[in-house]
Formats: sequence, C-alpha cells, structure tokens
Amino acid sequence: MLRSQVIWLCLGMGAVTFIPRWLPLLVLSQRDLPRWLERWLDLIPVAILSALIFPALFTRGEPRQIMILSREALVALPTFLFALRTRSLGGTVLVGMLLYWLAERFLGF
Amino acid sequence: MPESQSSPADRSRVEASAGHSGSLFVAGSQAAWPICLGYVPIGLAFGVLAQKAGFSMPEVGLMSVLVFAGSAQFIGVAMWQGGAGALAIVATTFVVNLRHVLMSSSLAPYLKRCRPGFVTVFSYGVTDESFAVNLGRFRDQSWDPKRALILNQAANACWVVSTVAGAGAGQFIPERAFGIDYALIAMFLCLLVFQLRGRIYVMTGLIAGVLALGLSLLVPGNLHVVTASIAAATIGYAVRDRKRGT
Repeated sequence: MLRSQVIWLCLGMGAVTFIPRWLPLLVLSQRDLPRWLERWLDLIPVAILSALIFPALFTRGEPRQIMILSREALVALPTFLFALRTRSLGGTVLVGMLLYWLAERFLGF
Repeated sequence: MPESQSSPADRSRVEASAGHSGSLFVAGSQAAWPICLGYVPIGLAFGVLAQKAGFSMPEVGLMSVLVFAGSAQFIGVAMWQGGAGALAIVATTFVVNLRHVLMSSSLAPYLKRCRPGFVTVFSYGVTDESFAVNLGRFRDQSWDPKRALILNQAANACWVVSTVAGAGAGQFIPERAFGIDYALIAMFLCLLVFQLRGRIYVMTGLIAGVLALGLSLLVPGNLHVVTASIAAATIGYAVRDRKRGT
C-alpha cells in the first residue's frame, strides 16, 4: 500500500536531502579549489567526527542533558585506545560492541 | 596514517586491480561492513517505529530509498505521527541534513576529474558514515571513486533492507543485543583516530567536540554539528596560518 500523501512526503524529504549532498560536490569537484579552501576543508572531517561523537557520549535524552559518566563514555576510552594502537576499523567496532555489552551485563550501567 | 606513504608496491597493486570489476566490488563492499553493522539495528528500529506510526512496508522502503538519512527519517516519522504537515516535515529534514554540505565539500577534492553524472550518483550516497569511511580510505591512497561509490551503495542497500525488515518483522527481533547499539559510535571513534594526523587536528577536534557538546545542550535538533564544525575548522585554520606566517 502506497498512499499518495506519503509518496509526496518522501519526494519532498528526498529532494531537500539530496540537494545539500549534491550541489557542493558537483560544483567543487569540477574545478581547482583555492589553496585556502582546501586547507580549511582539510580540517572539516576531524571537526565533524568530534562534533558527532562528543554529544553522543556525554549527553542523554531529548531535550539533551549532560551526562559525563555515561556507559557510552566509559566504553569510549578503551575503544579509543584500541583504535589508536591497532588502527583497525573492524576490530574497533567489535571491541567497542563487546565492551559496551559487558558494561551493561556486569557493571549494571 | 600519513599520506603519500603507501609503498610503490601498494600502489601498483591498486592499479592492477582497478580494472577488475569483481575485485572493485569486493573491496567496496568489504569496506562497508562496519557501516552495515551499525545500520542494521538502527534500520530495524526505524522500521518498527514507522510501522507503528502507520507506514506500510512499501512506504518505508520508498522513504529509505528516496531520503537515505537515518536521523531525518526518524524525525519525519515522529512528526507525521504527531500530525505535522508535510511542509513542516520537509523543512525540518532540510535543516537536519544541511550538515551534508560540509561532508560533500570535503569529499570534492577526491572526486576531481569525475564526470558530473558520476558525481551526481555518488552524492546520493553521502552519509555521515560513508563520508567518514571513504575519506579515511582516500587519505590512505588505497581508494578510488569507483570503490567509494560501491561502498555508498552497499551501505544504502543495508539501510533499505533493514528498515523494510524492521517494518515487516521488527517486533520479533530482540533489541539491544550484543552491544550492537555501540557499533556506529565505535566506528566513529576509530575514524576520528585516523584523522588525528598532527597537533592541529587534535586541537581542532577538541574544540569542535566541546563546542558541539555545549551547543547540543542549548539547542534542540542537530545544527550543533554544522555550527561547531565550521567554527572549529576556522579556528584551526587561523592557528595554523599564523604559525606559518611567523
């Protein structure tokens, strides 16, 4: 069952999601970027990743409230160290999941 | 990993395999598995929620194909259930997904010389997760636009299948099994490690993280990601520039 209202909703949501993904990539990939822009963009990934991770670790609920000693944050420390040491993406994911599961099981967080 | 340090042997291996579509496909999909591990539980959860909000399986599939953005889809379905109009939902989706502007921009240097058609197809699959994995790989120089596109599409397939499965059978699947809720956070942590290539990156990351944390407490939604990233990158840029100047 596909309601026409829902089709329109999805088309609208799809369009406004696609455009911010598409326009910058199309415009910027077809020309040489000025040096300053490349050097600025070089710092964007580390900034975005941190901006995604910190609130995920240290806040909870909606509206968000700060929670410094969450299970997410406690597990993040050994997971981060494992990643630093091994630089293995798959290994880090598995170790993080295992530690998170153990923390819930045995530490009662 | 520092750039320009992949050995000549590595490079010739990549070039030798680049023409082979079978190995391209394998490499691209293999790189996607940590993403898929994270998408499955979130996708299932979304499917269950959407089904409870009155969406059918085909409708869930349609939304996942057309939108392909986790948080926006959750918010959209919740607003729909709360009686919000389509226009309000679309406007919210736009704001929630504006952060992709930054991700697409920083991927652009790696897609130079790609045809506009390719770039258009590629851009459909730019998510927080595919962006971060592809960017890390591009930096290692063991990656190319075709593999990156396959990774995007593999992640997309996982998302669509798991959301539809959630809408169909989600209530029978146990929640929170085996720490799988942590898969994406762990993946982001490791991808962050890949980005810490010097003091300036550590500093920029810390500024972004603290700013985002503070903003996220003050403002609902997720505009804090874009705001904090732009501010931190600009500060980092200024600091690095001043060091060069002196």
